[in-house]
Amino acid sequence: MKELICIVCPKGCHLKVDEENNYAVTGNACPRGAEYGAAELQHPVRVLTSTVKLNGAARRCPVKTNGSIPKGLLFEAMRVLDDVELTAPVTVGQVVVPDLLGTGVDVVATKSFA
Amino acid sequence: MYQLIVIGGGPAGLAAALKAKEEGLENILILERDKELGGILNQCIHNGFGLHYFKEELTGPEYAGRFIAQLEGTGIEVKADTMVLDITAREDGVKVVSAVNGAEGYMTLETATVVLAMGCRERTRGAISIPGARCAGVYTAGAAQHFLNMEGYMVGKRVVILGSGDIGLIMARRMTLEGAKVLACVELMPYSGGLNRNIVQCLNDYDIPLYLSHTVVDIRGKDRVEQVVVAKVGPDRKPVPGTEMVFDCDTLLLSVGLIPENELSRQANVVMDPRTNGAVVYENMETSLPGVFACGNVVHVHDLVDFVTAESQRAGAAAAAWVKNGPAASARTIELKNGAGVGYTVPQKLRLDAVDKAEIFFRVRQVYGNASIRVMDGEKQLAAFKREHMAPGEMERITLPRKLLEMAAGDTLTVEIAEA
Ligand SMILES: Cc1cc2nc3c(=O)[nH]c(=O)nc-3n(C[C@H](O)[C@H](O)[C@H](O)COP(=O)(O)OP(=O)(O)OC[C@H]3O[C@@H](n4cnc5c(N)ncnc54)[C@H](O)[C@@H]3O)c2cc1C
Ligand code: SF4
Repeated sequence: MKELICIVCPKGCHLKVDEENNYAVTGNACPRGAEYGAAELQHPVRVLTSTVKLNGAARRCPVKTNGSIPKGLLFEAMRVLDDVELTAPVTVGQVVVPDLLGTGVDVVATKSFA
Repeated sequence: MYQLIVIGGGPAGLAAALKAKEEGLENILILERDKELGGILNQCIHNGFGLHYFKEELTGPEYAGRFIAQLEGTGIEVKADTMVLDITAREDGVKVVSAVNGAEGYMTLETATVVLAMGCRERTRGAISIPGARCAGVYTAGAAQHFLNMEGYMVGKRVVILGSGDIGLIMARRMTLEGAKVLACVELMPYSGGLNRNIVQCLNDYDIPLYLSHTVVDIRGKDRVEQVVVAKVGPDRKPVPGTEMVFDCDTLLLSVGLIPENELSRQANVVMDPRTNGAVVYENMETSLPGVFACGNVVHVHDLVDFVTAESQRAGAAAAAWVKNGPAASARTIELKNGAGVGYTVPQKLRLDAVDKAEIFFRVRQVYGNASIRVMDGEKQLAAFKREHMAPGEMERITLPRKLLEMAAGDTLTVEIAEA
């Protein structure tokens, strides 16, 4: 039995995961918690958010991975973003880096700039 | 004359304005002092917003962007880069809002109703009086967040964070990912003020130690921070001599709490609640000034923007009802008092005739395991709600139906916590 705090939403349910019983989860207020609890002990993943350069603008363009990537790839992913430069117009949801590090997950813009 | 002026264009102001429009108001104006709408969400580039409201996990800019996009075609007027200076209620009930901007200069605007949605700001070093050198390198976590996420500047390379509020936790992860070394997160209280999920994914994920019941006792450095001294505190929250640890660092981030930004409300003589530092509000988010409503972080500090949106929609709908039907009248008003373990409640007052179901938000004063939230009429228990876990960092919510409120013998009810 392992105790975890669900990080899928800000509610932060206190989960108990039974490794011996097919990673069965209790304490979750919704099914997403069960999925998280089982996955966290086997192959932890995270969503990455950061910013990239926006040419000719005083502000950075915020971005995110549009799915979770393996936790171990976070720093490598940050290095990929170092070299990305965008120019307005940018639309929210626009793909900034396709297939990040072969994960099948894209990096997308999270804000529009006219 | 406007039917509604909304002060502040963050998620609270946006939701209030959109809801008032939906409820039939035509002349609505949003005044925002920043260059763009969206409020604090513009710098909160992390995800975790919107799970309740949109049923998906959004980043701050995405969450704000959805409401900003909804403004289009509504005819809601927006003046950005405009600072509101003063609100006064004239004897005829009309409110006069004075504001200033670069293009139009000083202006006075008349309106039937006002929604206060000015958000909050961070406590600074001065507000908690940390001893030590007055050198560069001490920032509030939110200021560091603005520099990094909006302007693209890192404020330091070796960082100690005082306070385990959410902004500090989020910045610990953010600065680590950008290449800084975060040496420690130091918290005065025996528990963290931040959300559990942020402790897990911002500190534990990166092996950043959290020192509970510790505080910063000295800041050393000539021009720039060079060292921060941390010590354990006793049950009296005073440093225990001999427990000092010295961290070599160039930056100290403060995440020591938020204060609702209520200069305007105070000037307008809105009755304030010393526990929330926000206005005392009724069930529909109306303040003590008739026709002046308040919502979002300016009323009480929220950790979930979804609740800000819900609360602000109530304020917007109430402003629309006020314009259409006049002030809410009620023969009976119940005041909610805090009993053991409860820090405050919002709303503080309920006009019985205007309530169908009242949603009550509050924070507990300490961490609880199995416990129940009790609604008491003197010694008599009217309702109890079981909880497996409660913490001051997580806002609690209960719903009280009118039937239950009508059972009160007098005009007060008490909300309290009883441990199982
Ligand atoms: C760092 C941080 C992390 C957070 N993380 C999460 C999270 O993960 N998930 C989540 O759900 N919630 C999160 N929140 C909470 C959420 O963002 C806030 O509760 C929400 O933004 C509050 O909205 P608001 O509109 O009340 O205030 P704000 O967003 O602060 O907006 C207030 C607006 O009023 C304007 N204003 C103030 N005074 C004046 C004046 N005199 N004249 C004109 N305009 C004025 C300000 O410029 C500002 O734009 C976080 C908050 C912070 C600070
Ligand atoms: S179990 Fe569901 S409700 Fe609980 S924290 Fe996880 S996602 Fe949120």
